[in-house]
Amino acid sequence: MAGEAWAPHRFAVERDRIREFADAVGETDPLHLDLEAARAAGHPDLVAPPMFSVVYSGPAIEEAMFDPAVGIDFAMLVHGAQEFEWGPLVHAGDEISTSVRLAEVRERIGMTFYVFESASANHHGEEVCAGRWTQIVRPRA
Amino acid sequence: MSELRVTPDASTTERYARASGDHNPIHLDDEFARSVGLPGRILHGLYTMSLIARAQTEAFGGPASLRRLSVQFRGAALPGHEITIESTAGERDGACVAVAISVMQQGKAVVRGASAEVRV
Repeated sequence: MAGEAWAPHRFAVERDRIREFADAVGETDPLHLDLEAARAAGHPDLVAPPMFSVVYSGPAIEEAMFDPAVGIDFAMLVHGAQEFEWGPLVHAGDEISTSVRLAEVRERIGMTFYVFESASANHHGEEVCAGRWTQIVRPRA
Repeated sequence: MSELRVTPDASTTERYARASGDHNPIHLDDEFARSVGLPGRILHGLYTMSLIARAQTEAFGGPASLRRLSVQFRGAALPGHEITIESTAGERDGACVAVAISVMQQGKAVVRGASAEVRV
């Protein structure tokens, strides 16, 4: 199963999704909330907080995790670890394309570790985020 | 060192679920969460990670300053109790600084080995 890759998903970044996310995680920086402030600071539109990567890469990651061929037992799933590395900022109006591959599957003391890697690029072809998602499936009692 | 303290409230997990699209009932339904051995609904790990990211961007100069963030989730963070995030800047390497991060709730670490790289 390791090495499996899925077709890219596209995500159009909307202002309301940025504001909703910023609000949910307590961001108060006007770059995420106030269009005039973002433009005054030289941005083309509202700026997505870095962790908005969860939103634009979510559909691609979900398709991979829910693929029956991977066979994750969701009742026993815990999110083990997460890493993101960011490139240029994402703004409202960007279109982000995310590809996911299953980088690694390994077993340790009865638990199965699935490591997915995501690569997200904007419509200029710049890599805006690379993610490493470690999911752990515990054994059923 | 910089510190961010946040007390997630009863609506935090609903709002994060809507914003992120993660509607797993362990984050939304106390009864379901207890049925799978949790003390009640727990915070999304990626919500906690978003607080950690915010602690960095607020301390180091905005959203463009955060280059990398890595977190191992341990235990379960709960709504209704204060989370304390301490970020300690280490060696400077060119334009980047490595940051060691601790995240505590009720005296327990809720992540392990959290680290960031920020542009300064």
